[in-house]
Amino acid sequence: MSSPYLPHEAEIFQRLEETPHIFTLRLRFTDPDIHAQYHFEPGQFNMLYVYGVGEVPISIVSDPQDEHAYDHTIRRLGRVTNVLAGLQEGDRIGVRGAYGRGWPVQQAEGKDVVLITGGLGCAPVVSVINYVLKRRDRFRRLIIMQGVKHSDDLIWREKYETWSKQNDTQVVLAASQGGAGWPWATGHITELVSEIDFDPQNCTVMMCGPEGMMIAAMKELLPRQVPESAIWLSMERNMQCAVGHCGHCQHGPNFVCKDGPVFNYPEIKPLLGIKGF
Amino acid sequence: MGEKDAYLLRERLPLLLEAVQAEGYECIGPQWQNEAIVYDILNQVEQLPHGVQVNQYPGEYCGEIHEGNVRCFAWANGPQALKPFLFAPRETLWRVHRDNDGRLQFESATPEAPKRAIFGVRACDLAALALQDRHFLESDFPDPAYAARRENLLLIAVNCSHPASTCFCASTGDGPVAQAGYDLVLDELDDGFMIQAGTEEGQAIMARLNLIPVTDGHREAIEIQQEKAHEQLRQVPGKQLRDALFANLDHERWDDVAGRCLSCGNCTSVCPTCFCHSEEELAPLDGGSSEHIRQWDSCFTAGHSYIHGLTIRQQTRERYRQWLTHKFGSWHDQYGRSGCVGCGRCIAWCPVGIDVTEELQAICGSDDA
Ligand SMILES: Cc1cc2nc3c(=O)[nH]c(=O)nc-3n(C[C@H](O)[C@H](O)[C@H](O)COP(=O)(O)OP(=O)(O)OC[C@H]3O[C@@H](n4cnc5c(N)ncnc54)[C@H](O)[C@@H]3O)c2cc1C
Ligand code: SF4
Ligand code: SF4
Ligand code: FES
Repeated sequence: MSSPYLPHEAEIFQRLEETPHIFTLRLRFTDPDIHAQYHFEPGQFNMLYVYGVGEVPISIVSDPQDEHAYDHTIRRLGRVTNVLAGLQEGDRIGVRGAYGRGWPVQQAEGKDVVLITGGLGCAPVVSVINYVLKRRDRFRRLIIMQGVKHSDDLIWREKYETWSKQNDTQVVLAASQGGAGWPWATGHITELVSEIDFDPQNCTVMMCGPEGMMIAAMKELLPRQVPESAIWLSMERNMQCAVGHCGHCQHGPNFVCKDGPVFNYPEIKPLLGIKGF
Repeated sequence: MGEKDAYLLRERLPLLLEAVQAEGYECIGPQWQNEAIVYDILNQVEQLPHGVQVNQYPGEYCGEIHEGNVRCFAWANGPQALKPFLFAPRETLWRVHRDNDGRLQFESATPEAPKRAIFGVRACDLAALALQDRHFLESDFPDPAYAARRENLLLIAVNCSHPASTCFCASTGDGPVAQAGYDLVLDELDDGFMIQAGTEEGQAIMARLNLIPVTDGHREAIEIQQEKAHEQLRQVPGKQLRDALFANLDHERWDDVAGRCLSCGNCTSVCPTCFCHSEEELAPLDGGSSEHIRQWDSCFTAGHSYIHGLTIRQQTRERYRQWLTHKFGSWHDQYGRSGCVGCGRCIAWCPVGIDVTEELQAICGSDDA
């Protein structure tokens, strides 16, 4: 029986500095067979291991059909991510995955796709933006909403600008505190849900970010007659094993690592927002 | 009672141990050590806890040795269940070697999994084992260490004749009589044991013993003993606890129990179904290799629910509520039944004597019909 806990060696083949705190690692498994067998869905995550330090769950942001490499965009916060941040091209880490249930990209075909993210939660949905833009004719409108605390926290500013110029695409950005030269809205992103142009009866909404923000967005979406079952959320919990064994990621009956991290709203509705779960 | 039952006279008990040893098993059995029943290596039947009776109450576990009492299994349970023998309290998952060029070589740890026989297994612990099997084995990612140990396990159950005051296995439906999952099962009387096999391996061992037929007198005594063992003081409220718990997340009793609970996690350590564990990196000493281990963890620790900048269960109230709503509530969603097998360990080993059955009654019992 092979061990589900064992990482495989991967090489950082490219490192991109996004902001002083956020970086992207482009990775390849060093064993070509493992790399060839590896596949993932948008919204799934990997466990990244740093030698001698530990493992962390990180979403995959690149396109599932990119055979060359898979990308992780990471914010440096603590023990493991600080060390990851210091690694250079050519350095080796351990990777195991891909884990969990990703975004319902297939179900979203033929519909408007509404992406709402807050805080630093943007990484998991960037995979969807890339996915949709690469297969543009399969989807209808694409709405990208991103809220940040401070305008300086926004990464990929140029990308948002490029995306906003595409056909059938609406980009809405908001910063709670907008700095000088901030062309977008100031305030909470959830307050702008009423301004977006989409078909509530034929849409798929995908959200990630702080739970409070997702709940606030829901309060705007539901009165617009978006069915609860059209709303999907990516959840974050402590994760040790990523394979449903360690118990840390539980959210009531759900194991976020294997039943999620992406959930359909009705699945998590009973406990969403209840402190302690 | 099964057709193929037979009777092992007490003086022939060593034959059973020898037969199992002859099959190449390392034998483990209950023993009275440091004021508790513990499972340890069993080389001879004299090591069994002869004449030991154990009184268990909330926050209390105390044994008495009755000279002249020949029985070896006249107690309910000790702090350990089968759990530590399968899901090790601490073990290495893998190692990694780093060469001078920074290349990493990962290597799975080979679990220690000797052929092991455990004597004196309780009905509740068999039920808990079945739940741990579901968790660790009936998974998309079966756990190799658990699987290897499980594969090599021989289980010799003994039906409970002396449940403790803390036991409530009759109300969870898991005991006191073992229902499934054993290789052999015994019922103890003064002059010996009725023995039945649950597997072919158990049958083969039985065939090597010098057994006699079970008499009507034995049968009658066992029936009375089993009936008596069903009469238990405690019980879980007989209702849909899952729905009742989640309907009462704001019940004031959560604050009340939080005022008593020390958040020590003893309950989760002794619970035979609790599976939470954390992983940790053992800092490389030589710089050239590192070890990744796992160890039991508890939903009563702050680290259990930590995500950067936030501990989801900061307060004892939230932790106790997580433990109870999981064990008696969301286990139903996850594994199709309650996560409690009624062993009562969490009651006896709680330093402040918190009793889950009482808490459940207080939280869920109010609208009990
Ligand atoms: C499914 C999933 C996807 C994620 N995707 C991304 C991503 O794409 N980019 C990104 O920057 N971050 C992502 N995160 C968050 C990331 O895992 C944490 O920021 C990271 O674990 C922090 O580790 P640390 O050791 O640097 O921080 P510390 O604060 O030192 O944390 C110590 C340990 O606590 C645990 N921990 C802390 N925060 C989290 C957390 N938020 N989630 C789970 N475990 C945590 C980890 O075991 C960590 O090693 C994701 C989390 C989850 C659950
Ligand atoms: S919850 Fe308590 S009584 Fe139930 S199985 Fe666990 S330790 Fe035993
Ligand atoms: S219930 Fe008792 S054993 Fe469990 S954490 Fe609280 S004080 Fe400790
Ligand atoms: S991360 Fe271990 S159970 Fe989900």
